[in-house]
Amino acid sequence: MTILFDGIAYGMLLFVLACGLSVTLGLMNFINLAHGAFAMAGGYITVVLVNRLGVPFLLGLPLAFLFGAALGAVLERTLYVHVYAKSHLDQVLFTIGLVFMAVAGVDYVMGSSQQFIDIPTMLQGQFDVFGVRIGRYRLMIIVICGLLTVALQFILASTRFGSRLRAAVDDQRVARGLGINVGAVFGLTFAFGSGLAALGGALGAEILGLDPNFPLKYLIYFLIVVTVGGTSSITGPFVASILLGIGDVMGKYYVPTLSAFVIYSIMIVMLLWRPQGLFARASAR
Amino acid sequence: MSDISRPLADQVTEFLSRRARWSPIEIAFWLVAASTIWLFPARHLILTEICIWALFALSLDLILGYAGIISLGHAAFFGLGAYAAGLIGKYDIIGEPALALVASGLAAAGLGFATSFLVLRGSDLTRLMVTFGISLLLRELANKYSEITGGADGLQGVEIKPLLGAFRFDLYGHTGYAYSLVVLFVLFLLARRIVQSPFGLSLQAIRGNPLRSSAVGIATNWRLVAIYTLSAGYAGVAGALLAQTQAFASLEMFSVERSADVLLILIIGGTGYLYGGIIGALIFRFLQDYLSTLTARYWQFWIGLILIAIVLVGRDRIAGWTAPLRKLADALGRWRPGRPSATGGKS
Repeated sequence: MTILFDGIAYGMLLFVLACGLSVTLGLMNFINLAHGAFAMAGGYITVVLVNRLGVPFLLGLPLAFLFGAALGAVLERTLYVHVYAKSHLDQVLFTIGLVFMAVAGVDYVMGSSQQFIDIPTMLQGQFDVFGVRIGRYRLMIIVICGLLTVALQFILASTRFGSRLRAAVDDQRVARGLGINVGAVFGLTFAFGSGLAALGGALGAEILGLDPNFPLKYLIYFLIVVTVGGTSSITGPFVASILLGIGDVMGKYYVPTLSAFVIYSIMIVMLLWRPQGLFARASAR
Repeated sequence: MSDISRPLADQVTEFLSRRARWSPIEIAFWLVAASTIWLFPARHLILTEICIWALFALSLDLILGYAGIISLGHAAFFGLGAYAAGLIGKYDIIGEPALALVASGLAAAGLGFATSFLVLRGSDLTRLMVTFGISLLLRELANKYSEITGGADGLQGVEIKPLLGAFRFDLYGHTGYAYSLVVLFVLFLLARRIVQSPFGLSLQAIRGNPLRSSAVGIATNWRLVAIYTLSAGYAGVAGALLAQTQAFASLEMFSVERSADVLLILIIGGTGYLYGGIIGALIFRFLQDYLSTLTARYWQFWIGLILIAIVLVGRDRIAGWTAPLRKLADALGRWRPGRPSATGGKS
């Protein structure tokens, strides 16, 4: 049970990290391999804030979100805008270039060693509920990520912005024709997604580890979540993240020597079974 | 030129054979390449490296430039070839390095064939994920089975027998360079022959539009499987060459950095005309030399910057800058002694 709990926490974390990617991918058909770089930026800004400047951890999280969102908005307006219309190959080259720059840049500024965030004692340790050992920190992750998921679902399903976003995802040209400013919608969504990634990076520093190679190390996880979950809703990536999280944690626990192969096997089986993703609809494109 | 009275098959044959003709520039290029064996003996180590990168980029060009498959894990085949050649050398399975090279290439091609069915499913994104995932998987395998592969320390104690039983791999890389260059040339010839065959044309049709090309009767999937397998084999040979000339294989050979570097090489040189990889490898290697004297540890940063700059400036525009050069090369290529301009009508 504890493993299941850890797996869910891990999966939730993956979801928060990756959902921004799935939305940008679905919206503009843009492959953003640099998504992990935003998560890493969030992690490092939290390290700096909490460890060096003494900002409380819980205040550091929303700050990380804001920082990631601002970074995303700036990069989107200045750089990404020029690449949307280009081929997938160009997008891959561009974003992998960003990743390399981020990795080397962080290495230069912060050093290559792994970083740890000072977590308040309140969040450390475990407690028992009906014989299930529950880590406080992981519980907090589940609560925060759960709330975020509900909020996201609400925004997407019942706000004006959400319906605009869904319209733009469904058919960009028609949405434009109806007077929706798709560029602005995309900019906002991109910034929000980057912010979420940054928040995920800050939350995950404790569990996933944080070093300059973060964007490359977790890139495959993001890609799996997005391809398996599909890009048409947030339910798909959510289920995919939870499955991946549980699978990965169980794999590490039960077959530690083969743990790395578990996620790849999941990936291959999923791909053979549902090449278009778990929850794919007939796409308009 | 294109008179209607002649049967279509003849016209096609002539079109193809005209494309396949060697231009003086190409011949000169390879003569220069061959002359480096005698001209720059002190530079053989770095030239060997360039040869290997060129072959690796050539293999990527086959799938990217001709079939339009984006791969983020081409290093998987490179690494597999390297480990195969290393293990063959270490345990003395095949004594003759040239045969071992072929065997390593076949091993990589086998993996390429097996994984091609996964790669062909789905969109560009799925392809990225699968190719990337496969390279990670192989790296993990090499890491875990450390009693065979040496794990993180790399494969050590590789011993390569003299080539053809006569030429020892010397410390200065003279044998290694001649060997690499010959392998590159032979495989280049083969690739040139393949892409200029009807098969190669059909690949370009598939890259242009898979749906339409299957509608005109091209077996899309099987052709992609074939070229992917071939490309994997080429990458494997490139890896094996590296392992044989350095007598070493390491986990780094599977890394995503290597996959990205080879993409960069191909993009610098230009895709879809086979020489792109070779030219790109030359530029890349000198660039790498220069940048790592600036900042040895952070040269990846500059690679990233170059990638971004290339995309933002636009590959078409960069190709535009060199267009006058290429036109000149084209004109020279068409020119043949004793014959007025070979191609009268525009096709």
